[in-house]
Amino acid sequence: MKPKEEVGIKGYAGYVPKYRIKPKDIGEVWGEDGEVMGRGLKIESKSVPAPDEDVVTISTQAAKWAMQRADIDSDEIDAIYVGSESHPYAVKPTATIVAASLAATPHLTAADYEFACKAGTAAFQTCMGLVSSGMITNGIAIGADTSQGAPGDALEYSTAAGGAAYIIGAGDLLAKLKHTCSYTTDTPDFWRREGKKYPEHGGRFTGKPAYFKHVTNCTNKLFEETGKGPEDFDYAVFHQPNGKFPRKAAKKIGFSQEQIEPGLLVTRIGNTYSGAVPLGLAATLDQADPGDNILVTGYGSGAGSDSFDIEVTKNIKKIKDHKVPTIKEIISEEEFISYSIYAKFREKISAGGE
Amino acid sequence: MMPIPRFWREIKQRYKGIGSVCKNCEKMYFPPRKICPECRRESFQNMEPVELDGRGEVVTYTEIHEPHTEFDKHSPYIMAIVEMKEGVRLTGHLVNVDLEDVESGMKVEATMRKLGEESRDGMIYYGYKFWPVDE
Repeated sequence: MKPKEEVGIKGYAGYVPKYRIKPKDIGEVWGEDGEVMGRGLKIESKSVPAPDEDVVTISTQAAKWAMQRADIDSDEIDAIYVGSESHPYAVKPTATIVAASLAATPHLTAADYEFACKAGTAAFQTCMGLVSSGMITNGIAIGADTSQGAPGDALEYSTAAGGAAYIIGAGDLLAKLKHTCSYTTDTPDFWRREGKKYPEHGGRFTGKPAYFKHVTNCTNKLFEETGKGPEDFDYAVFHQPNGKFPRKAAKKIGFSQEQIEPGLLVTRIGNTYSGAVPLGLAATLDQADPGDNILVTGYGSGAGSDSFDIEVTKNIKKIKDHKVPTIKEIISEEEFISYSIYAKFREKISAGGE
Repeated sequence: MMPIPRFWREIKQRYKGIGSVCKNCEKMYFPPRKICPECRRESFQNMEPVELDGRGEVVTYTEIHEPHTEFDKHSPYIMAIVEMKEGVRLTGHLVNVDLEDVESGMKVEATMRKLGEESRDGMIYYGYKFWPVDE
């Protein structure tokens, strides 16, 4: 899918809550060797949202900073899409609250997306289409999550919180979104039924027929459509449910460790679901130079992948003029908590016992 | 518990810090007022909405150890009176900072957080809290 007219990123920013928990402290509660689990998943710690943080607050902070970088006013925002699988309300859009908090209401279109971990990249594609067709001037695409893992489940070692927002528009771009493509199938690798607090997953089934098949096929399709290969990109960002999968997928497709390293945040913050690829891309843009090419492939269970061919422009140098923290600065602020505090923050226990 | 219409009416001030300014004496108010208590009749239909910049400094603060049930997960937490750049004073939570690092005069900025909820099934209240900033 090639945009009709030039479209790209005018501003971006991410936000990750400061609390962290280590796999060792999770394993200790469930009689498992958490350190071994952590090493296997290549996760040293994961982020935990404070009790007053959720997808609305994460999205709002990221979007506010992204607007500062783009140097645009709230009345220039024509669309907001928030991709997440942990929207605070089942019915009542996150996007309307984010829009109000940015003072972008009422003359804009807004909606929530849900596609497991790739709802954020789906929002990218929608904004690309609306901008390149000339229907809107600027749209905000957000991917954010405060993901859920049942107590004692293997997911508990990785489910984390964070998100990033992108101002998608035309004109003065920090990076061009040159091409995108998707790969979608009906694959039951991971789900959460309506009304249920925690998701279920297919264990090992989440690997080969799910993550690897979609990420590889989607990336190869992008190569086929653009005539490019791994050697044409300076960086690559893959969805990162753990530290193992993106490294393995990158190697299989032909990318080196150096190409994926800047966008690989999972080791320090865990799997931020819809926030993972948007945050990984933000961290990569933070250190990119004009003319750099970035390959991005997201993955969402259920299942699908979205790939993007991105070219950084000379305007990337200007972002340092704005006082918005880099992803490295944001994730370096960390406070480690015990499993009991984590259980309280994530409402696995509550005062009064309800 | 706050009635839905009241929360809805106050969304602009809670999310974006919209106060009001008296065009007669230029005094700023937050929460917004419809009448300036100093200019009274002269301010009638002469009050304009104005958005706070979001930055200010801590005037005074305290740590709460016996919280309201709605804040039991946050206990202990820090409350502060913050003087905004525009001169108005707001009371709010201080987040992402430890008590020993807080001092009067500390620069802070508003950030959006969950303030509470009507009930487990009810609506969620969002609004401003404050966190430290460098400058």
